[in-house]
Amino acid sequence: MLLECMMNGHAILYTGVTLAFWSTILIVGLCYTIFDLGFRFDVAWFLTETSPFMWANLGIGLAISLSVVGAAWGIYITGSSILGGGVKAPRIKTKNLVSIIFCEAVAIYGIIMAIVISNMAENFSGTTPESIGARNYQAGYSMFGAGLTVGFSNLFCGICVGIVGSGAALADAQNGSLFVKILIVEIFGSAIGLFGVIVAILQVK
Amino acid sequence: LFNVDHGYLEGLVRGMKAGILTRADYHNLAQCDTLEDMKLHLQCTDYGKTLSSSEDDLTVSLVDSKLRENLVAEFSCLRSNALPPLSTFLDYITYSYMIDNVVMLITGALKQRDVAELLPRCHPLGAFDQMAAVGIARTPTELYSAVLVDTPLAQFFQDAVSESNLDEMEAEILRNKLFKAYLESFHSFCKNIGGATKDIMCPILEFEADRRAFIITVNSFGTDLSNAERSALYPACGRLHPEGLCLLGAAQDAAQVKDVADRYPAYKIIFEEPEPGSGFKTLEDRFFEQEVKLNTLAFLQQFHFGVFYSYIKLKEQESRNIVWIAECVTQRQKSKIHNYITIFQGTEQ
Repeated sequence: MLLECMMNGHAILYTGVTLAFWSTILIVGLCYTIFDLGFRFDVAWFLTETSPFMWANLGIGLAISLSVVGAAWGIYITGSSILGGGVKAPRIKTKNLVSIIFCEAVAIYGIIMAIVISNMAENFSGTTPESIGARNYQAGYSMFGAGLTVGFSNLFCGICVGIVGSGAALADAQNGSLFVKILIVEIFGSAIGLFGVIVAILQVK
Repeated sequence: LFNVDHGYLEGLVRGMKAGILTRADYHNLAQCDTLEDMKLHLQCTDYGKTLSSSEDDLTVSLVDSKLRENLVAEFSCLRSNALPPLSTFLDYITYSYMIDNVVMLITGALKQRDVAELLPRCHPLGAFDQMAAVGIARTPTELYSAVLVDTPLAQFFQDAVSESNLDEMEAEILRNKLFKAYLESFHSFCKNIGGATKDIMCPILEFEADRRAFIITVNSFGTDLSNAERSALYPACGRLHPEGLCLLGAAQDAAQVKDVADRYPAYKIIFEEPEPGSGFKTLEDRFFEQEVKLNTLAFLQQFHFGVFYSYIKLKEQESRNIVWIAECVTQRQKSKIHNYITIFQGTEQ
């Protein structure tokens, strides 16, 4: 009863997590300031002490996982609309699988980029910041950046193609001539993902 | 996102909407000379075999009940697959039918009609378990505490509890009070959902509230319903609130009602005198037209619940249209047969 008075389940979860996050940051920050430990908050130390390998692998991980999230999101949006529309207009079933293929292409971009980036990771020796060398640091950061680029752009591309695909399925169910025209919109949406891939390749070169 | 829970049902309801009769279908139906012809024509549409499986004598009331059965079947298909909050939304749609059923049972009981005779005439979308027991109540308080407290209608009984005896007049007042509480509750529910649902549903519900206010006013001229009592029946979630409702509460005749309507551009059109020569339309008809217009707007956006509400209402309007055409056909009064309201213009395939 009290919970209903506040809000429903999701809202409670979000407010709880946000509250916990910000209060942790606030308390940690206050403690550092009070106890005169401010010097510990040192970005340069962090960047030089962590291995470039971490950044590179994070980039690879983000590339594939965010792309897959985008593709999955898009596929389920389109898929549920195709299912619903297909009950009353069964002819849309096969044509609209093209929308699903567009979403799937997004995931394929992600995995290709992940493989390309991971092939560029070479071994190096050296444990102190000086001996590792600037080039290795740069390699690590640029792999992270590339992974981030392709991951996020594929995420949003997947969602976009999904929503347009759902509209295409429902419009096709009403009027068969509309499908091809909406497909053109989907092609433009797909192009966004391609932009991300191109930029990411340029980043790791 | 919306489609996780509701994408399939939205696709389904849009598919069903494609089966709503178009202008060409109505034209064909209007050309028919007998009900048998109409049955044949309806078989080509989405209705298919629903009418043909009936027994030999085809009356208008049979057509009406078959159409209603069809609607109920489609609605139950949607409702049984729905997840919250869509399930709550669909339940809200059924509450209006429940209110009508309750009031019908009460008035029937007052006229000493047998409950078993009345139950089949209740609208099936508004059926609930304790329907048969409604007839025994004498006052609204009794009705509430004995029968309705377990049903979903209990939440609308805040203002309607009174000790006065249930007679014809009281039943109507009860209906309006329940409906007012229901509309306001539905309106705030849609507002809470927000987004496209709010943008589509709130204008429709506001129009419904204002339409109720106008109809209550016009119908209460000549009865002994005091102005204060009448004002208590107006739903407060419409566009007329609060100035228009005050003015309506003070109105004494039709001219003053028209005066109030003139201040709002949307309602001015409805109350305007028609040009001489065009077909005569009653006030009810014009309200229905406006409702159809608002409901068709719901299909222009995706990912919201308004499509479900609009589909049910448009199907109802379609049933009314078909029954009107059927009546005209059986009574051989072809002159007024085109007084139905076309819902969709129809597209070239």
